[in-house]
Amino acid sequence: MKQLVCLSKTPETTTQIKLTGDGSQIDSNGVNYILNPYDEWYALVRAIELKEAVGGTVTVINVGDASNDVVIRKALAIGADDAIRVDADPSNALGVAKSIANNVKEAGYDIIYCGKESIDYNGSQVPAMLAELLDLPFVALATDMKVDGQTATIKRDIEGGSETVEVQTPFVLSAAKGLAEQRIPNMRGIMQSKRKPLNVVSSDVNDAKTQISGYALPSGKSEVKMIDPENMDELVRLLQEEAKVL
Amino acid sequence: MVLVFVENSDGKFKKAALEAVTYGRKTADLLGSECHALVIGAADNAGELGNYGATKVYQLSNDNLNSFDSQTYTQAISGVANDKGASTIILSNNASGMALTGRLAARLDAACVSGANALPTLDGSNLRIKKNIFSGKAISEMTLTGEKKVISVTGNSLKPETIGSPCEVEAVSVDVSAPKSKVISQDKQTGGPAPLPEAELVVSAGRGMKGPENWGIIEDLANIIGATTACSRPVADTGWRPHHEHVGQTGVAIRPNLYIAAGISGAIQHLAGVNQSKCIVVINKDPEAPFFKAADYGVCADLFDVVPKLTEAIKKAKA
Ligand SMILES: Cc1cc2nc3c(=O)[nH]c(=O)nc-3n(C[C@H](O)[C@H](O)[C@H](O)COP(=O)(O)OP(=O)(O)OC[C@H]3O[C@@H](n4cnc5c(N)ncnc54)[C@H](O)[C@@H]3O)c2cc1C
Ligand SMILES: Nc1ncnc2c1ncn2[C@@H]1O[C@H](COP(=O)(O)O)[C@@H](O)[C@H]1O
Repeated sequence: MKQLVCLSKTPETTTQIKLTGDGSQIDSNGVNYILNPYDEWYALVRAIELKEAVGGTVTVINVGDASNDVVIRKALAIGADDAIRVDADPSNALGVAKSIANNVKEAGYDIIYCGKESIDYNGSQVPAMLAELLDLPFVALATDMKVDGQTATIKRDIEGGSETVEVQTPFVLSAAKGLAEQRIPNMRGIMQSKRKPLNVVSSDVNDAKTQISGYALPSGKSEVKMIDPENMDELVRLLQEEAKVL
Repeated sequence: MVLVFVENSDGKFKKAALEAVTYGRKTADLLGSECHALVIGAADNAGELGNYGATKVYQLSNDNLNSFDSQTYTQAISGVANDKGASTIILSNNASGMALTGRLAARLDAACVSGANALPTLDGSNLRIKKNIFSGKAISEMTLTGEKKVISVTGNSLKPETIGSPCEVEAVSVDVSAPKSKVISQDKQTGGPAPLPEAELVVSAGRGMKGPENWGIIEDLANIIGATTACSRPVADTGWRPHHEHVGQTGVAIRPNLYIAAGISGAIQHLAGVNQSKCIVVINKDPEAPFFKAADYGVCADLFDVVPKLTEAIKKAKA
């Protein structure tokens, strides 16, 4: 089984988002970056589990600059065999998908994993775009996967429940919670990761039909109104008359 | 023309689908264009989508589209868009929307925004659209250039409005290949309250509940107002509640009108999934619980005492 996992880099989940002085950018000062949790905890670990069961390889790919090498090495420490970094600006989803597609089109991966979404820009776009560019079936929001030969049986989230889908390799999936359990890299993995190949390639994709033209922070909440626990009638009245939600 | 892909749930249209139609109509008005809707499969009263702003409905039936497959649905939607001259495609940002939005954008080589939470504004011939980023911790404004645009709309970002009247339904056909994935079973909750992403009222509880056997008071409160129940992540992780109830950064992100949280501390990852709620009520016995800072109304007390009292007070107000 030849597997590929697409990794994005995101700010750590406790990051307080601040804007730069003129409000034109997100302030990256003091921000810690991690592998996108959906990619690391679910997609990557499921791919490694499958490799452990049936053999083959797990390659990881990231589109971004050299500062991403640290988090890519973490994926190698968790158990990926080798890595590709496409040295390009990842700010446009279609550009990212094209960069990945161009680099993997000829490689013949059986399963290509993405995360459900990057937790920074919450796009949920790259996986579907990649599937279309590679003309492959795509199963979004996978929470469980069994593989038997070339047939995968995948459970995925749908509105108000789940459904089970059968698909043949090759295909693309996006990983949601449940697909696997987070793994912490051990010392041996960390040592080995330093010697595993991380190939840097360039990209001539230039896609700019969608651009961020500005940022804002959500308007702050007004002060919380504390209600006397002995007076739930008052809370109900406020919910009905002031907030108008009941 | 603006084409809205309207999700068909066993012949019916859910609120999210109607919201997308209203969003489509308002976008079409902005562009000085028309809003048409596309329905796949049989649906009663497809013409009633006109009430929400469509001026024409295309109805497409094809055996290859009998169950959902992102590849064939993308062929179908982009096929109709091309045949009928649609430049902008609008969908709901839900499970099927997530599987389609990016595919459509790649196929049409279009500008794309997923999870729009406000109507677009015009900037020359470009559209500007706001969406939440960093799980609601910031908002970005996107500029979409180029002729073709694909937009998915977050649920509860606007209300479906009756701004039109029933319209013509035209049967259409397009070539679609045989699907390469097959849905073999579905497990959907039937009846009961709305699924979390669509719910307007949500009652949620966390580790402060001490154990799954105590959830009766949460369910009573939810039942009395017709709310959907939710929980924090550790509660789902330890199996006290089913996984689909987990809200937050790594669970479902919701934006109901009312979110009542009992025995949840309000960790930043939890808030990330619920801070878009219109009104937040927090019940916690710890006055320092961070959730109070994000709340509209707070009750600092033992939830085992307060939650039943709140249920009683609502019963009384309703009587
Ligand atoms: C990468 C990452 C992603 C995460 N994603 C999520 C996510 O998506 N969703 C999520 O929820 N969490 C998430 N978490 C976990 C999060 O950090 C918190 O640990 C979690 O939200 C805490 O759950 P809790 O509030 O139920 O429990 P606790 O933090 O233990 O809080 C329990 C609260 O109940 C109160 N309480 C106790 N007894 C009573 C009583 N009798 N009456 C009233 N109040 C009482 C306590 O004062 C306390 O505030 C994530 C963490 C990480 C690191
Ligand atoms: N820069 C990137 N490099 C590689 N994979 C990416 C990149 N950005 C996004 N992805 C993949 O696409 C998924 C969804 O990302 P997004 O569409 O940005 O929400 C992520 O979980 C990754 O698997």
